[in-house]
Amino acid sequence: MKRAAFGHIGFPILLLIPQLAIIAIFFYWPAGYAIQSSFYLEDPFGFGSTFVGMENYTRLARSSNYMSSAWFTLIFTCLVTFFALAIALLLAVKADKVIRGARTYRTLLMWVYAIAPPVAGLIGVMLFDQSRGNITQLLGMMGIEFRLGVNYWDTATAMISVSIWKQIPVNFIFFLSGLQAIPRSVREAAMIDNRSGTRRFWDITFPLLAPTGFFLLIINITYSLFDTFGIVDTIVKGEPGNNPMTLVYRVFVDGFRGQDLGGSSAQSVVLMVLVLILTIVQFRFLERRIHYT
Amino acid sequence: MADITDTSTRSAAQSAAPTRPAKRIRWGDIGDHAILIAGALLMLVPVYMVFATSSWDAITVHRQGMQFGFGDQFGVNYDAALFEYGGFTDSVNGVTMLANSMILGLGFAIGKIIVGMMAAYAIVYFRLKFATLAFWMIFTTLLLPLEVRILPSYEVITWMNLGNTYTGLIVPLIASATATFFFRQYFRSIPEELIEAARIDGAGPVKFFIDILVPLSKTMIAAMFIIMFVFGWNQYLWPTLITTDESLFTLVRGIRQIIQSYADGSETPDYGQAAALAIIAMTPPVLIVVFFQSWFVKGLTESDK
Repeated sequence: MKRAAFGHIGFPILLLIPQLAIIAIFFYWPAGYAIQSSFYLEDPFGFGSTFVGMENYTRLARSSNYMSSAWFTLIFTCLVTFFALAIALLLAVKADKVIRGARTYRTLLMWVYAIAPPVAGLIGVMLFDQSRGNITQLLGMMGIEFRLGVNYWDTATAMISVSIWKQIPVNFIFFLSGLQAIPRSVREAAMIDNRSGTRRFWDITFPLLAPTGFFLLIINITYSLFDTFGIVDTIVKGEPGNNPMTLVYRVFVDGFRGQDLGGSSAQSVVLMVLVLILTIVQFRFLERRIHYT
Repeated sequence: MADITDTSTRSAAQSAAPTRPAKRIRWGDIGDHAILIAGALLMLVPVYMVFATSSWDAITVHRQGMQFGFGDQFGVNYDAALFEYGGFTDSVNGVTMLANSMILGLGFAIGKIIVGMMAAYAIVYFRLKFATLAFWMIFTTLLLPLEVRILPSYEVITWMNLGNTYTGLIVPLIASATATFFFRQYFRSIPEELIEAARIDGAGPVKFFIDILVPLSKTMIAAMFIIMFVFGWNQYLWPTLITTDESLFTLVRGIRQIIQSYADGSETPDYGQAAALAIIAMTPPVLIVVFFQSWFVKGLTESDK
């Protein structure tokens, strides 16, 4: 709040009403409903529901399907985050360094951001198609049999590759802005002090880039968890079967295909807690960062 | 990782060494460009292939996979993708989907900016007792993406009879407060002298907002608009659930239909036409990001910090 603020009462409330109304109806109501129904077992035919306490949660913990999705999500998130960050960092360091064509490279490397995840998924499906995919054929020539939709890990590989591809541009943009925010004077001083590029990168550039990196880490984890929905859905072609799937996709599959409202809600609540933890971690970090900048 | 940073730093050392004679070929620079070109190709080639494939007939693609060269079916495929009515009820074509995507993208972006700016103005510039409470209420919405509370949200929309309406499509997506936060952050960075001066001049809250704050935020609004438009245009899960009426399908929603015909396998899917639809679906957001990239980058890098 500003020091010289206006003293009205009615007007600001009027300004807040649209936002508060929308979040009350489309956020708090569904969120509360999710928490509530996670403690109930819904009759699939709509004949009421019974209170079952924590049963939906214990059922999740015991479900081998859910646990395998959880493991897959963990592996998926680690791989996507790591490769999307590493490749983007490499490209950003290079783009920051070249003088000629820096703008062109930025344009060429960032535009994939605008492509919708399902469209990226469709491209993946066409490239990795079991019989006529170009990458499948390429792998076939090298003696690797790639079977999308049949082999669990082949499907996972396609999902992970497409998700990395889609995420590189965002990371690239952030890393590049981070690098360009490092003052010239700091770089020049480092150049005089230390001729070794490796040492300069790890001693100067990397620590200065760390806040951006940490922020991106959170962004990438969130992306892997939630925004890959469209990619996962298109690559498993809407027919999950034995295919790998992320936790968010399972919320959808169990809720809409399995008609398991209680179980799906319990899954929502689990994810909600996960996001809460991520947010707290991020805030802790941001707070600390404010102290030394 | 080790391998990646190794090459980056090695070349950095070479090109930066001040004693190097100017005329010698700088291998470090060439290495840098090689890596950047490889990266650009990685981004470009898959989409180029979709584009090339959109110019072929289905049989060729079915036999040989995606194409690198261009065929002669460009007109036929794009004409079919745009104007041929398809789906189960034959009630939707590319133009309808394009219009729906546009409505969703614009509606979402404009709605979010207006609602967000108003709320941020109220929180930052007024002495409100419950401003902190409102702030935290709005803040919590960032914790729970729509994907997570998807089933209950769907039930609420059904209960309110908003399925298959533009309202049901757009408004629930606005229920997260990213824009509010962004504008709050931005308003707080505006010098306080400004509002003092405005008050001395006798400007009321409405006049200050419309005549001073909005014009001052023009670039920020533009940046926000681009990001939000792309985000809305690319929505998938919510439109998939909320629109069963095909005349309300968006392009991205239409992609799911293509995938379904892939999965059925009962007939040869129209690959060329599918590729054409994918190209149509990605063109508007890509053009916006490319043409307004400095605003886009500004909004993206400043909004989340």
